[in-house]
This record gives sequence, C-alpha cells and structure tokens, in this order.
Amino acid sequence: MLLITLGSGFLVFLMALGLCVKAWPILRLKSLGEILFSSSWHPLKGDFGMLPFIMGTLWVTGIAIIIAVPISLLTAIYLSEYAPKRMKEFSKPFIDLLAGIPSVIYGVWGILIIVPLVKDHIAPFFGVYSSGYSVLSAGIVLSIMIFPVIIHITMEVFHSIPRELREASLALGATRWQTVKHVLLRKSLPGIVAANVLGFSRAFGETMAVLMVAGNIVKIPLSVFDAGYPLPALIANNYGEMLSIPLYDAALLMSALVLFVVVIFFNVVSRYILHRINLRIS
Amino acid sequence: MDAKPHLQVKNLSVSYGTTAALKNISVDIPDKKITAIIGPSGCGKSTLLRAFNRLLEDGDEVSISGQVLVDNEDIYDPRNDITQIRKKMGLLSQKPYPLPMSIFENVAYGPRIHGIKKNRMDETVRHYLTIAGLWEEVKDRLHEPATRLSIGQQQRLCLARGLAVEPEIILADEPTSALDPKSSQKIEAEFKVLKNDYTIIIVTHILRQARRLADYVLFIYLGELIEHGPARQIFENPQHEMTKEYIQGIIS
Amino acid sequence: MKKKMTAKKIEEAVFKALMKGCALVVFGCLVLIIGTVIIKGIGSMNLDMITKTPEGGYYLGKEGGVLNAIVGSFVLTLSATAIALLMSLPVVLYINVYAKKNSRLATLIRLSLDFLWGIPSIVYGAFGFTVMIFFGITASLLGGIITVSLFILPIMARAMDEVISLVPGELFEASYSLGATKFETALKVITRQTMPGIVSAALIAFGRGVGDAASVLFTAGFSDRIPLSLLQPAATLPLAIFFQLGTPFPEVQERAYASALILTILILIVSVTARFLTARFRRHIIQ
Repeated sequence: MLLITLGSGFLVFLMALGLCVKAWPILRLKSLGEILFSSSWHPLKGDFGMLPFIMGTLWVTGIAIIIAVPISLLTAIYLSEYAPKRMKEFSKPFIDLLAGIPSVIYGVWGILIIVPLVKDHIAPFFGVYSSGYSVLSAGIVLSIMIFPVIIHITMEVFHSIPRELREASLALGATRWQTVKHVLLRKSLPGIVAANVLGFSRAFGETMAVLMVAGNIVKIPLSVFDAGYPLPALIANNYGEMLSIPLYDAALLMSALVLFVVVIFFNVVSRYILHRINLRIS
Repeated sequence: MDAKPHLQVKNLSVSYGTTAALKNISVDIPDKKITAIIGPSGCGKSTLLRAFNRLLEDGDEVSISGQVLVDNEDIYDPRNDITQIRKKMGLLSQKPYPLPMSIFENVAYGPRIHGIKKNRMDETVRHYLTIAGLWEEVKDRLHEPATRLSIGQQQRLCLARGLAVEPEIILADEPTSALDPKSSQKIEAEFKVLKNDYTIIIVTHILRQARRLADYVLFIYLGELIEHGPARQIFENPQHEMTKEYIQGIIS
Repeated sequence: MKKKMTAKKIEEAVFKALMKGCALVVFGCLVLIIGTVIIKGIGSMNLDMITKTPEGGYYLGKEGGVLNAIVGSFVLTLSATAIALLMSLPVVLYINVYAKKNSRLATLIRLSLDFLWGIPSIVYGAFGFTVMIFFGITASLLGGIITVSLFILPIMARAMDEVISLVPGELFEASYSLGATKFETALKVITRQTMPGIVSAALIAFGRGVGDAASVLFTAGFSDRIPLSLLQPAATLPLAIFFQLGTPFPEVQERAYASALILTILILIVSVTARFLTARFRRHIIQ
C-alpha cells in the first residue's frame, strides 16, 4: 500500500523525467532561448523556434482569462452571497456539468456557434475580415470551459469566511455590496488569485477545443481576429507523424515539457495559497 | 420601571424551518440601561439579539413574525432602510472579528461607508479608540493589521468600530466569552461607563456577570421569555419557579 | 429611516444586476451548448449510428454508424477506470487510515495528486506514447487504457479522498475497539461505509476519461473496426467526432453532430448517476 501510495506521488517526477529525457536531443543542440524565443519554425530545415506557438497560447489564454475572470467572479459572488440557499444548492450540479462536458463537445459547439459569430458579426462590426477560426473564438470557448474552475474555487473560498465577519460589516450599516467589496474580497483575495491561476493553467493546457477553433496557422497572431496555433494544438496535430524528421520528436516533447513546467508552476503557486488558507481555517 | 423604553418587542416569534426558536416574545427594553438576557445555552438568547438587528433574515429558511420597535419605528417594516436601522445599533460578537484591514481602517470603516468626509477621520478614530480604552495601547501602530492585536484588544477594537457609526444601542453577544479574565474586566468596565450614553443589551450565560452589570434582566428558557424585570427583583425575588431554579443553579 | 436612493444604493443595485447577468451568462452557456448539440445531433441521428460500424468508404464512411467508437470508448474507459480504481483505492485508504491525519506524507500525496490533476491531458498523451515506445507497444487499445488510467487516477483518487475523509473518526475507533486491525477496518468498514461515494468517484473519473480526446489521440489510434485484442488500435467517441468533423464531406460532418449527441447523453447519464449516488451517500453518513 505504501509503495503504491509513494508511486502515485512519484508519477509527477516520472513524467518530468520522461519528458526531459525525450526533449534532451534538441536541448543539446540548441539553446533554450533559441527554442523559446525564435519564431522560425521549419522542421524540415531543422529550425524549431516555438515563439509562434507560445504566442498563440498566450493570446488564447489571455483572452479566455479576460472574459472568464469578471464573469466567474461576479457569478460566484452572486451565488454565495446573494442567491437564496436553495438556488445555491440547485446551481452546483449545473456548474459541475459545465465542467464535465468533454472538450471535443466544446469544440463542436465552438465551430457551430462561436466561429460563425466571430466571422459574421463580431469581426465585421470592427470592420475586419476574419475566417472566424481565430484566437478570439478559441479564447471565448476556453473562457466558458474555465468558468466552473474559477466559480467552484471562489465559492469555496467565500464559504470559508466566517459568517460573523459579514455580520460585523453589515451591523455597521454597510450594504451587502459594500461588505463584499471592502471585507470579503479583501479577505479572500489570495484564494481568488489562486482560483484564477488554476483557471489559467487549465486554459493553458486545454487541447482539443482550441485545436478545433483556433485556426492553426504558424504565425504570431497580431490581432484577436487572427488565427493562432497554440502549443497543445501543435503537439496534437503533429505528434503522430514526427518520426521521419530528425529532432521533430524531441521538439514536440520539448513543447510538452514547456506545457508541463508552466502548468505545474501555476499549480504549485495556487495550491500553496489554498493550502495556507486551509491552515488558517483549521 | 419609570424610564421610557428604547426598544420594544411585540409578539416576536422566530422559527428555523419547522423548529421554533422564539415563541411570542413581548418586552420593553429600557433606555440607557444595561439589559442582560440570561438563560441556558441554546435557548434563543442570541437569536433574540440578532432579531433586534435584522441579521436573522440573512440566514435561510427563517420566518419571523411580530414587531421590533426602535424609537417607535418598526424595523421589520419593509419600507424601512435596513442599513439605517443597523447603523443605530452596534454589534459585539462572541469572538472579536476584526475586518481584514489596519487598526485605523477598522474604526474608520463605518464612518466611511456612511460617507463621512476624510479630513476629520484621524480625530474620529482617536476619539472612539479612546472611548474603548484602546488608544494608549495602539496609538503608535495604527496602521498595523488589526489581527496582530491580542484577542482582548481586538474585542475593544470591535467596540470602537461599532461606536464609530454613532449607534444608540449596543448589542453584545457574550462579548467576554473568548477573553481572559483581565480583558473581560476591561470590557465590563467599559460597559458601565457607556451606559450613560447608550442602551446596552448583553447576552450572557455567566450569572455573575449579569449580576455585576445588569440593570434589567430577561430570562429566556427554550425560546420563551419566562420572566423579566429590574435586576434586583430577578436576582433577589424571582417570581417564576424556573427563574428561581436557574438563579440557584438547579437548572442550567 | 425611510429608504432613499443614495449613491451606495445605486451601486448595490448596479452590481446586483451585473451579477445576475453574469450568472445568467454562465447558465445560458450551459443551456446553449447542450441545446446546440441536441438540435444539431437529432437531425442526423438514427438507429444505424449506434448499431453499425462505419460503411461506405474507407475511414469514417458516409454510412453505417459509430459502433466501433462506442464499443472502443466503453472498453477502453471501463478498463482504465478499473485499473485506476485498483491503484487509487490503496492510496486513498493509506492516506486516510494508515497515515496520521494531516501528516506530512498525506499532505504531500494530496498535493501531488492535485498537480497530476492539473496536468493537461495532451501531456499525458505525449508521455503515454513515449512510455509505449519504450516498451515497444504501438497505438492500441492497451496503450490507450494505460494512458487514460494514469490520466484519471488523480481525479478518482481525489474524489474518493474527499468522501473517505468525511468518515467520522469515531467509526475508526469503534472498529479498532472491536479488535479489528487497520487493514480490516480499511477494507471492511470504511470501504463499505463509503461505497456509494467510491462508485460515484469512479463514475466521475469514467466521465472524464470517456470524454477526453487528447490523451488517446496518439495512444489508442483509430480504427473502423471493433478491436478484438488489446494490441489492436481502437476508436473512441471523442476522436470519432474530431475526425468526422475534420473531413471535407458535409455528410460525414453531419455524422459528427450525431456522435456528439451520443457522447453528451453518455456524459449526462454518468454525471446524473454520480450526483445521485453522492446525494445518497451524504444522507447516510453520520454527521
């Protein structure tokens, strides 16, 4: 039992090790800076600059966060501070359901609804042509996918704040919103940051939905209506057929390693914050 | 009793779901006196105190009937502004809950949300910290987080915070139960001074504390107001059998 | 004391309206997604979809159904769930029964399970594939099972952990005082007491596994036929949807919507069952 337990904990290191070993050939030939910050991606010529993909990922994730943070935060505040208890309980299964929908389904929905929306309405509104397959579409779909992550954790953080603290503020004659703004948000700021960081890291590694709507053109996006090619999509699209080109394998696993490192880093940060909050409660 | 009532309760009933917490309570709370609500734990003392401040309606599945009149205005009248009602009453809870901000900001919070201008804030904060007997201890570290204070100091800070919105009534829910004897003594001393200007209602399960402080006493048992009257009468000549037993420590 | 429209009242009203709007957006999205999938899917849905393998042309034909993917998904995810259950049950029992409450080891294991949970499924896919190469396995049912079981292990373990850590300490003590060893307690008392919770954790993990495409993309491969051995490639529903939608033929794309409907219904059934079991479990537990 102890062995299996330790083994499961060890899996993280095993994955890191596996990816490092596999990415080693390219790391030996090229500097990390060149791989991460060169925008020249020509596998046939042996150029493996990942900047277009990293920028693609950042654009998509950035848009998702900008949309998701205010909406999820306000929803979480509404559900935990304003909504009647019954509605709060009633809404939980639906938030879980939103989290449970497979990303392929999000992708299908994105293609059916969001892509045409961007192509026919949003882009023309700004006087721009867009095929609809763009970082904006991917960002919108992703933002919906991370709603449940942020809402769920934010609600838990709010739940951990003692009722008396709210009463202390209300008893002074503060309105509910003043109480939320001055007391609850301040008290739960670390937890909210953690919730959003977790949402960010979920968006960062999300693959299928993004792959289906982002457009996948190897170019650094210059506007939200441009197509992008995020890192996970790069791996998903090319990993099957990389064996014929030398170093391609290593380059793709290198990008998997980048994803791994970034996601683990953000997870460490947010779990640390949440862990501290739990300690404070108990 | 000759003093005019400050707060009148008329036929107040409260129930959580199907469980009745308070049954048809009617009582007048005298002005500028310390009124103690005594009774065994879980008998509805805190519920009664919260009903005075309309904090109960924020819980779920609570039904309230009856009236609570402050200066002859029904606080449960939906046309009344709840924040103005609450501003009239300061609340001191069992454990101090300082707001997540500095000592200064804790006291300044109330006046600020009621739109008091900033220029006289230093003076205001100093004034109320002095009344709460905390000024000398914290004057050099006003901008430290309030959580760094000792728990007794925190409770006095909460008192200062409540006083800063200029209430007429202080509601205190077992305000010394989390404190050491020394700090409790300080709070009790504060109350004796404050009753010159405020109506104080204190929930306590410590009989000796009620004896030391109270001018008027309410005895509640299982949601019912068994007896109420001037402290001397309740403690020395209780009319009701149950009050007698409680005072003598037979039931608790 | 009468109500007045002060600045703070207006602020309160504005933000309350905003919050309601946001909540509406969130739930609206859910309704919109499921609604779109149902409306689009029902048009191209027929009995053939769930009873036949693809026909009418090589690879994702225009006729027949996606029985290959349905069977593939079930076989693959059920096996992966079983493996993950066998791996996570000892872990969860260990950190709850053997390790002291909130001991360093338990915290560390929970933390690393949380990290594992956070790792994107595409990374599991890539990692699984390198492991497969290492052992000389090509894209196959077996490869998919291994990868998906690793992918859902943390999900299952954390969900179970949450249920088991709710078991009151008195129950442990009651069992010990009857002379039961820790092992007996773990196996007989705790597992039985939390059975609905464990099943619902398995269902949650199954739901995640069955819906994930990125982890099986390279590891399970794809095939028009129902796999007959562990070493044959196997189709899965999410990949079927992805590939069908990726073809240039509108008829095949239509079939993707039907497949999406099948997957969504499957997920709905799984999550409703899991929720029902959790609710039942909560009712029985001693608070």
